[in-house]
Amino acid sequence: MLDTTTVRADFPILARREHGHRLVYLDNAATTQKPRQVIEAIVAYYSTTNANVHRGAYGLAVAATEAYEEARRTVARFVNAWGAEGVVFTRGTTEAINLVAGSWGRANVKPGDTVVVTAMDHHSNLVPWQILCQEKGATLRMVEITADGRIDLSDYGRALEARPRIVAFPYVSNSLGTVNPAAQLTKLAHAAGAVVVVDGAQSTPHLRVDVQALGCDFYALSGHKMLAPMGSGALIAKPALLDAMPPYHGGGEMIERVWDDHSTWNKIPHKFEGGTPNVEGAVGLAAAIAYLEGLGIDRVAEHEQGLARAAIERLEQIEGVTVYGPKDHRAGVVPFTYGDIHPHDLATILDRDGVCIRAGHHCTQPLMRRLGVPATARASFYVYNDADDIDALVDAVRKAGELFGAVAD
Amino acid sequence: MSDLGDLYQQIILDHNRNPRNFRAVPGANRTAEGSNPLCGDRITLQVRVEGDLIRDIGFQGSGCAISKAAASLMTGAVQGKTIAEADALFRSFHDMLTGGADAPADPKTLGKLAAFAGVRTFPARVKCANLSWHTLHAALENRAEPVTTESPSD
Repeated sequence: MLDTTTVRADFPILARREHGHRLVYLDNAATTQKPRQVIEAIVAYYSTTNANVHRGAYGLAVAATEAYEEARRTVARFVNAWGAEGVVFTRGTTEAINLVAGSWGRANVKPGDTVVVTAMDHHSNLVPWQILCQEKGATLRMVEITADGRIDLSDYGRALEARPRIVAFPYVSNSLGTVNPAAQLTKLAHAAGAVVVVDGAQSTPHLRVDVQALGCDFYALSGHKMLAPMGSGALIAKPALLDAMPPYHGGGEMIERVWDDHSTWNKIPHKFEGGTPNVEGAVGLAAAIAYLEGLGIDRVAEHEQGLARAAIERLEQIEGVTVYGPKDHRAGVVPFTYGDIHPHDLATILDRDGVCIRAGHHCTQPLMRRLGVPATARASFYVYNDADDIDALVDAVRKAGELFGAVAD
Repeated sequence: MSDLGDLYQQIILDHNRNPRNFRAVPGANRTAEGSNPLCGDRITLQVRVEGDLIRDIGFQGSGCAISKAAASLMTGAVQGKTIAEADALFRSFHDMLTGGADAPADPKTLGKLAAFAGVRTFPARVKCANLSWHTLHAALENRAEPVTTESPSD
């Protein structure tokens, strides 16, 4: 386990009091809090290094460009990318997936083709494929999940029989916490001739990621879910694929030469970074990665999985509580319901004790339909959470039970 | 706990557990669906309007305690009222929820609906209390549309 006393001291927001209580922030799957090391890196960038990147002929602009490109190398190293040129900075996972759908998808998916997604995909790894398939007259095939919240491998195999152009799945489910066998899924999809897109929004912050070992073609991540600023993120891609793809956004920076009626494109990754980029976000993301590496990503994984196991054990002792997701192979995400108390009511009651959880469909409506619930409550853990947070969660859930009286299942 | 008690008053918990008029309405000539896309609350409201009068009203769907109790109490409050009276009630209810902590909740006008006064100190939950009322408004607005004006009971 991590030394949470030291870690917590790095997060200024944890000093906030919520309704007179200690802030118990358990909505880390939605976004994470920022350590002062990240906040200070952003302040330092604007205080000492700010200029527009890749165009100034003066020293300050060179320094800004160097900070931005150093951040790219940091991201590449962190996920073991194929090279820094295969790291495109985006606003986050959503934009990264839209980039793949809008560029590779548009260029390569034809009428009658199939795109495969799973029933546990976040809307950001579903809706872009729906839009693409509608535009191209292609078929979208959703792979079912098992009763305990894993990808149904036999249905996955059946879906691959259609020899899909694209297979997209989450490494870690944001709603269930399931850690999917991403390398195995990738191997099977490649054998069926598909290009593989992995939604890494929930895996990158929480476990050691090696995209080359996974073998996927595209991997999307969000900075704000791993201690970095909102609006930071990246698409990690095999450079050869990226190089062959048409541009996504037109504008400055992504061009080589511009004529009256046509243009030629800059080299990758700049071809996909039209307009002034979020340099602050990239610098903050690099600082977040340095922070996580300082803690040790394997220890981070162990810490939050330990908290999740303890929380599940304690919650399941409360009569009427149902925890969703698989028993093992899960990250620090704990989705649950409590008898007939609606998750929104649970969230309101917990909030009064300073406990922040998410209630709703978690941007996974097809999954909620399969679970047979309109919504769940979700507690999700990160580096600054500790045993006291679990106590606060469990006490507040019990309080909700008392307020709502006997809980009927 | 006291402010939670203000929000989850006994009458609200009771209507959540045993919602009134939680049913389809025979011969309904107004229907609207209300949803809260962010949280997944969803209600279908059916109304039988005769002339200017709300003769019968019922709702179905799923939602939190606040939205379910609000729909239950709303259907009870507007049943047998004229459309103008229902509109006036909606305005008073809305004012109570959005008027800030000191806004008067007139028990004479609002009756049991005054139980929702506590919602105004929970801004994230105001939309839950309002959902069924907005849906009623949409249902009643349908009156000019051919599909409902052709209804035999109109």
